[in-house]
Amino acid sequence: MRRWFDERLGLSGITRSALHKVFPDHWTFLLGEVALFCFLVLLVTGVFLTLFYVPDATSVTYTGPYDPLKGREMSAAYASTLNLSFGVQAGLVVRQMHHWSALVFLAAISVHLMRIFFTGAYRRPREINWLVGIGLLTLALAMGVTGYSLPDDLLSGTGLRIIYTVVLSIPFLGPYLAFLLFGGEFPTAAIISRLFVFHVMLLPAILIGGIVIHIAILVRQKHSQWPGLGRTEDNVVGRAFWPSQALRSTGLALLTTAVLALMGGVIQVNPIWIYGPFDATQVSAPAQPDWYVGWLEGAIRLFPSFEITVLGITIPAVFLPAIVIPGLAFAAMALWPFIEAAVTRDHERHQLLQRPRDAPLRTAIGVAGLTFFVLLTVAGGNDVIANIFRVQVEVVTVVFRILVLAGPVIAGVAAYLACAELRRREQAGAHDPATVRLRRNASGGVDEIGEVDPPTGSSPRPPAPPG
Amino acid sequence: MNAERWVLVALVVSAAASIGLLVVYVLGGSPPVEGILLALAFGGLGVASVIWAAALVHAPLETEPLEPPVVPEASGAPVTRRTFLVRAAIGAVAALGAALAIPALSLGPRPGRTLFRTAWTPGARLVDGDGRPVAAADVSEGSVQTVFPEGAVGSADAQTLLIRVNPSDLALPPGREGWTPDGCVAYSKLCTHAGCPVGLYRDADHALLCPCHQSTFDVLRGAVPTFGPATRPLPQLALAVDGEGYLVAQRDFAEPVGPSFWNMTHNDDEAE
Repeated sequence: MRRWFDERLGLSGITRSALHKVFPDHWTFLLGEVALFCFLVLLVTGVFLTLFYVPDATSVTYTGPYDPLKGREMSAAYASTLNLSFGVQAGLVVRQMHHWSALVFLAAISVHLMRIFFTGAYRRPREINWLVGIGLLTLALAMGVTGYSLPDDLLSGTGLRIIYTVVLSIPFLGPYLAFLLFGGEFPTAAIISRLFVFHVMLLPAILIGGIVIHIAILVRQKHSQWPGLGRTEDNVVGRAFWPSQALRSTGLALLTTAVLALMGGVIQVNPIWIYGPFDATQVSAPAQPDWYVGWLEGAIRLFPSFEITVLGITIPAVFLPAIVIPGLAFAAMALWPFIEAAVTRDHERHQLLQRPRDAPLRTAIGVAGLTFFVLLTVAGGNDVIANIFRVQVEVVTVVFRILVLAGPVIAGVAAYLACAELRRREQAGAHDPATVRLRRNASGGVDEIGEVDPPTGSSPRPPAPPG
Repeated sequence: MNAERWVLVALVVSAAASIGLLVVYVLGGSPPVEGILLALAFGGLGVASVIWAAALVHAPLETEPLEPPVVPEASGAPVTRRTFLVRAAIGAVAALGAALAIPALSLGPRPGRTLFRTAWTPGARLVDGDGRPVAAADVSEGSVQTVFPEGAVGSADAQTLLIRVNPSDLALPPGREGWTPDGCVAYSKLCTHAGCPVGLYRDADHALLCPCHQSTFDVLRGAVPTFGPATRPLPQLALAVDGEGYLVAQRDFAEPVGPSFWNMTHNDDEAE
């Protein structure tokens, strides 16, 4: 069989080298894999949903099994989502699994991104893959937003309304772009079928292409690795893909799927039947989007009342918080490898990762940025927070306006000091007599078998023994 | 128990859960049970793979050398007729790409004056969500309701809030005398910030609140924003009472309703 293929395709050389690709052994290298496996679950569950969902804004009267909505006017899209949830066997599990997978997908991408950032893994020669990664994050965000808008419920309709407003706010082009995207003034019948095309065809195709490029570059450049015995700037130490790593990754894929299936089965998510069908004169309250757009929601909520008109040209209130600030944040993120290289004048090839404490300034900036995003995300729920703590929403908003400005600075400085302190302790520990290697002997006691290599600042511990 | 046996147990659990899924499907289904069985079916296989990899596979640490890519020297050849032709070809392909992108303009109408107008016309009766005209005498003080122009019930951009307050409490901007018969005031329901319907009314201080981003508007003072990210007042609809006692609009809103856009102050219909 293998011979039959080999005589025709001559693949055995490529396959053999692929099977021998060396994987460094560290749990942080699995974060990107979790994201990949979430995407696979999204593809499979998504195909199932596509078979039942109807991307049609035509108004119908609901006659399905869910009593509270019987007789209500709604779009065929919303009705098909209700049918998918209540009328199709296993439909609800698959729908909730799809939604949970999307939430975990974005979370895995975010944590993977943080790992790459805080270890300096994007440094030369991996800048290209960093850019591809930022592109994939952007696509994943677009997938999320187009996906949760499809059920045409009251909550997602509010989200679409805000997207329309944001597009409309772009100076000079806004009204034209908004009318092209939505097919006219919001709300339009065209938008649901357009989102569907984006969500199930265009964006997934680009995303799959991007993931292939991301992995191909990884294979070509090989993994970076943590410092350790035998690991240098021009080798990779790890275990061959086949069989060890292949089995582990398969296990991780299966376990990721298992967790997502469990969540889809027992934790309710996006209960559109509670929000009700979209109605242009209604809005659900409180209205929070999925977690990964919470920072944008927070920025729009916190940004002070500010709108100027110069020479007859109005800069709408949402333009700065929803277009300019995210645009700058993503541009800074994308260009970071080049900014850092220019500032540190480090243009060397790097194979060994850094610990966060080894690059305190980078760590401080990263922590500050992360704090900014987290605070904005929390501020996206200012009305919910006000309700929980029984304070006025005005007070919560003002507090968060101060926090998003002060918080990142404080967190960044704290991170910098923490890095310095960790390094200081490490230097002090170099002379600590406690850093000796011990071995348990047969009688249950311990023997001293020599000193550990003094820490060089990049080699904190010997690697685990093989096997 | 040794590793082989654990792997076997995990595989048996997985297979049993898969059979269970089949049974649950035949019996009519139950989302939580389906989720748990699916998790066991995948989880069993996953646990088996991980134990197998960790305990049953001997994989020594290997060291793979890294070869930096070989970068060929730039040839530095001068521009020849051939390279000039290649550039011309790139230009032609780019022009074709631009031409092929043009049909994207068919995706939507040009905005024109759409954003400046709503369905309100001079003399249009205010009707409720069921299309019934609203009589001034029937609006009780402190009440708030959503109204539409007659014949345009449900219109997204003409939706308007009708509120009745004590006429002596009103402190509207100058020029709006005679817009509020019997203390009936009407404002566009679309928030001037992000365009959400301003759905909440706080009677105590006559405030309209937008649930999306918490913009707050003062009904007594021409719906000026008092808190939140909105910067402009909600446009006010000039009201009158017709011969039969029903509320009517004097004319369309004077400003565009809903969120801002760059040329919103170019509000002269003569330009059309």
